[in-house]
Amino acid sequence: MILFWGLAIVLIGSAVWVVAAKKPVHSVVGLLLHFAALAILYLSLSAEFLAVVQIIVYSGAILVLFLFVIALLSSGVAPFSMGPNRMPKAAVPAAILALIALGLLVYGVSRGVPAHPVPIAAAAPAGPVGAPGVFGSVADFGRALFTTNLLPFEITAFILMVAVVGVVLLAGEAVPYVPSRKRARRAEREMREAALRGGERQ
Amino acid sequence: MNPWLIVLIKSAVLLLVVITSFAYAMLAERKVMGWMQMRPGPNRVGPWGLLQPAVDAVKLIMKEDLTPNTADPLIYRLAPFISLVTAFSVYAVIPFSEPAPGNLWAIGNVNAGILFVLALTSIGVYGISLGGWASGSKYPLLGSVRATAQMISYELSMSMSLIGVLILAGTTSLAGIVDAQHRLWFVIPQFVGFAVYLITAVAETNRAPFDLVEADAELVGGFNTEYSGLRFGLFFIAEYINMLTVSCIATLLFLGGWSPVAGLSIIPGVAWFVAKVALFMFVYVWLRSTFPRIRYDRLMAFGWKVLLPIAMLNLVVTAIVVAFTG
Amino acid sequence: MAPSRKRLFNVIALAKGLAVTFSFMFRKKPTIQYPSVKKQHAPRFHGLHELRRYGDGKERCIGCELCSSACPANAITVVGAENAPADRRSPGERYAARYEIDELRCIFCGMCEEACPTDAIVLTPRFEMADYRRGAFIYAKDRLLVPPEAGLGRPPDERPGGIPEDLGRVADIKSTMDIATGYSATKRGEILKTQRKGLAG
Repeated sequence: MILFWGLAIVLIGSAVWVVAAKKPVHSVVGLLLHFAALAILYLSLSAEFLAVVQIIVYSGAILVLFLFVIALLSSGVAPFSMGPNRMPKAAVPAAILALIALGLLVYGVSRGVPAHPVPIAAAAPAGPVGAPGVFGSVADFGRALFTTNLLPFEITAFILMVAVVGVVLLAGEAVPYVPSRKRARRAEREMREAALRGGERQ
Repeated sequence: MNPWLIVLIKSAVLLLVVITSFAYAMLAERKVMGWMQMRPGPNRVGPWGLLQPAVDAVKLIMKEDLTPNTADPLIYRLAPFISLVTAFSVYAVIPFSEPAPGNLWAIGNVNAGILFVLALTSIGVYGISLGGWASGSKYPLLGSVRATAQMISYELSMSMSLIGVLILAGTTSLAGIVDAQHRLWFVIPQFVGFAVYLITAVAETNRAPFDLVEADAELVGGFNTEYSGLRFGLFFIAEYINMLTVSCIATLLFLGGWSPVAGLSIIPGVAWFVAKVALFMFVYVWLRSTFPRIRYDRLMAFGWKVLLPIAMLNLVVTAIVVAFTG
Repeated sequence: MAPSRKRLFNVIALAKGLAVTFSFMFRKKPTIQYPSVKKQHAPRFHGLHELRRYGDGKERCIGCELCSSACPANAITVVGAENAPADRRSPGERYAARYEIDELRCIFCGMCEEACPTDAIVLTPRFEMADYRRGAFIYAKDRLLVPPEAGLGRPPDERPGGIPEDLGRVADIKSTMDIATGYSATKRGEILKTQRKGLAG
């Protein structure tokens, strides 16, 4: 229980820090802390696989990319400190929406809480946490993912694939599609010659 | 005895062991590299230079701890600790010998052991990239940006190369994986995966010839240019501990962990484990003293266009074979 | 693209490289363990200077300042003085009242040695001059002059077997630079070959 409340404080504190931090990189660090605390929370619910995946995917990959972009693009520049604060107008509707969301959450949780809370299995550091068959183990997670929830899983994969294709289309160079290498080389040569001609004209 | 107390004692002992092995890994590297360059290596402090690590530690502690004016003080101080803590905490799940009743030979036998290791090593990037960013100087920033890109690229191939082993073993527990190798080490059926892992491990730990993050020739010292004294020391320790970590993983996943060679079971499992890890450490040093640093675009192209497809193919072939043969 | 891709997969080349470094591990190391073992320098190595004496204990230096003017680095300061008849320091009329060499400026070229008419200043193979203070590198007479009880000092041309006879022959061929055609590596190779032959024969 102490673990839960401690983690809750860390989670909320780091979330506030993410929003309040002046420098974007500080926000990233706050988010990292948040993810780590969340992973520990998952672990305390014996959702071992979820905890590890949370760290691998979110902290290890997505957040690193955030950091990469932030460090590369805006090293040291706080975006909101450059102009007048444009937030006040948005603050009221945002607050209302947040309150509604919180109300829904509280309602949902208060209805969904079971009579006997699941015991927190955090005090078992030695010995296997979640052997096969135990709730949250890798094997169970995999079985659930690839049998009962196969359709949502595949749909998610498809959506991600669409996103990847979209990014490639948006960010890729506007080179005309050429099916064969020979034609690609010819196209390249023509482009180069065109560029040369352009240079001569100048 | 109180289980918490046991864990505490184990952690303390392990910390000591890991720090000592870091110190002597560093000394061994300087020695072996010296020999390969026809030098004797450090041999002034103590017999064969055996006290060199202690002297180095004292030197690093005595040095002035500088923080550049342009640095972000909080993150600048935080970064080395992120590196070190993640590097250390991996050892919580690494088993060093056959788990016996009453003696686990590890702090915790986590079921998702290998995933836990991957998760922690993936956080290790933050130390480097935040440290480089927080230095407020151009070379560290370039180094940290390189680190981020490189580690993301190679982590993917690394995980892919490991999944082949996981499929063969049918478990993610490190002890379980070693048990699954009692007949045949996975280095033989998973040779491709092993090769990919070896290459990506070198890139993951930012060691030569993939040490573009430090690249003394072009980036002065990369992400740790501005660091001095003990903070630099922490990065240094973290780098070597990461090397030890990936060597341990390679030993556990591909070389059968503590299982003896040629049935020599008189020698205890720990000794076999240490010997195999030492072999990998030697390979690290060997590579470093042989190959020049690879160019950055080549590094990225190699990672994405060569290693990833090979790892993927290996994974698919392994999956098909396992699916049809049981 | 094609050749670079070929090189990318050239695993044999990598193995060859690894084999080279591995074999070097067992080579004999040429390291000299410096503070405990010192290198035997060539007999005419240019190191720390020394002011020599005659057999009767008189200083060779006559304070002529030729070394000072020959010095390309302006490292030598000589202040001459007349010999007092009662206490003759050198056989000539004059002697060096002050003789200082700034070893930090010195480039150890040996021009002073060549300029000296009395063979007073010579370069010895001594080379350990490190110090923590800059001032310590200005060597005055107290450190340059051979102490009277230590003998005469080392003659400048001391060399086992003396000066090789063919030195002049080799010196005939001086430049590898042809003024008309510029630097020629082939010509340099030829010269080196003749030199080696000359020295051997």
